[in-house]
Amino acid sequence: MTESSSRAERPGAGSEDPVDRALTDALAAERLRIVATLIRTTQDWDLAEDAVADAAERALQRWPLDGVPANPAAWLTTTARRRAIDLIRRADTERTKLAELRAIEELRGSPDPGTNPTFLDDDRLRLIFTCCHPALPMEARVALTLKVVSGLPTGAIARAFLTTEATMGQRLLRAKQKIRNAAIPYRVPTASMLSERLDGVLAVIYLVFTSAYATSVDELADEAIRLGRLLVELMPDSDEARGLLALMMLHHARRDARTVGGELVTLEHQDRSRWDHEAVAEAFGLTQLPGTARGSYRVQADLAAVHATADDAAGTDWAAMVSLYDELLELVPSPVVTLNRAIAIGMSDGPLAGLAALDDLRDEPKLADYHLLPAARADLLARAGLTAEAVVALDEAVALAPSVQDRRQLARRRGELAGDIERGDLKGREQP
Amino acid sequence: MKYMMFVTTDPETPADETGEGTLDIETWVNTYDAAGKRVIGERLRPLEDSTTVRRRGGKVLVTDGPFAESREWIVGFDILDCRDLDEAIEIAAQHPSAASGRLELRPFWPFEDEVG
Repeated sequence: MTESSSRAERPGAGSEDPVDRALTDALAAERLRIVATLIRTTQDWDLAEDAVADAAERALQRWPLDGVPANPAAWLTTTARRRAIDLIRRADTERTKLAELRAIEELRGSPDPGTNPTFLDDDRLRLIFTCCHPALPMEARVALTLKVVSGLPTGAIARAFLTTEATMGQRLLRAKQKIRNAAIPYRVPTASMLSERLDGVLAVIYLVFTSAYATSVDELADEAIRLGRLLVELMPDSDEARGLLALMMLHHARRDARTVGGELVTLEHQDRSRWDHEAVAEAFGLTQLPGTARGSYRVQADLAAVHATADDAAGTDWAAMVSLYDELLELVPSPVVTLNRAIAIGMSDGPLAGLAALDDLRDEPKLADYHLLPAARADLLARAGLTAEAVVALDEAVALAPSVQDRRQLARRRGELAGDIERGDLKGREQP
Repeated sequence: MKYMMFVTTDPETPADETGEGTLDIETWVNTYDAAGKRVIGERLRPLEDSTTVRRRGGKVLVTDGPFAESREWIVGFDILDCRDLDEAIEIAAQHPSAASGRLELRPFWPFEDEVG
């Protein structure tokens, strides 16, 4: 595998050249399906990726001379399959002759990429479940999904996760070896395992999404949303897949309002006209579809939707937020959810009620180093008029803040409150 | 694919673990013997009956007890012959020790597979 394959892995955007354009579109439409089917028929992940990369390379040679074919995607599929047959024949591997013949026969037999209408019978879904198999380490699941399902180059994945290309390549290699050595199956899990395994797939996609915010690699968020869309397409009956997609879209719709001049802006103070209202409308539509089961992603999407459909912080339906947090706590008991619930109570029933709800978390070891706990307390104290106590809580929050941006935003808030106290003191001196 | 299923103790098993979803050991053994999925399996004597053997510099060293001090130890094993890992997981998950202890599924390293 060479870097020439990067074109096949990652369709470039916005090219003017008609050949580039046609190839980019064809890869975007069919790359995943071709790779997924080749992996099933050949059981060789590297061969499948190489065959597609080679087919893309060949398109770049042929199309400028012969013209772009009438159906570029079908051309790519056929060429990749032929290339796979060549590679199988040439390969000096331990693969037995019989399996080789069977793979070649199957590759010859079904030249069309057409979709299979049978529920959950789709090579792309098999590939996703295999990449996200719980017998693989979590970081390998994420890497493999981004590499093989999304088609990102190894180097780009390595940069996104702050590691070297060599390390990431090794991680991918180990994952593929374990799939083969431990016989991790290439199929959609049986009914008894499906729900747990789907949770695992959703967790991988959501981790890709949250990593985008942790590392400020925006591309990862787009990729996570693309994966979410794909899963909704492949599993149209899954409420949780839809919930996750809506959740990610609602969060991502706020990306342009989240910072001003590099400074973080809290949700309360964001310029809501800068939210992506088209994405909000689409995601809100997803949450309005009738569902059979409400899982944690769906409830979180509903929470995000309450924010997204309010005109401002004051106009938010905080009572609805509190009951959604109650529902979320039933599904996933977590101190962070308890914290957010306390904030919502503070908005709906007043700061003192919020502070009382926060008291439950005072000795929570999981939040001992969590800067948003003292930050939330500071906010409630300030609104209760206890400004001096709020400043002390903000000092605590600043000391715990994980990033420079967080630290600056909290320090700014501290400065404002300290200024209020000073002005209050002056006023006090003026009127003895 | 053949898997060695190590049955081990687990000091972290909650006292109130009910074992829901598992079979009793006789049913488990009979079911998967009949299905041809369980090749062989045995319960093992405790650590006090264990003996460690080494050869160092040509000399044979025999010591009492296991090779590593641990709060978890192997109490038995089964060899499973399954279609793939998911089938092995499904069978293992019904073993009573999946609830009372923990199970490790280790694939056999085929003789002809030198790549590893």
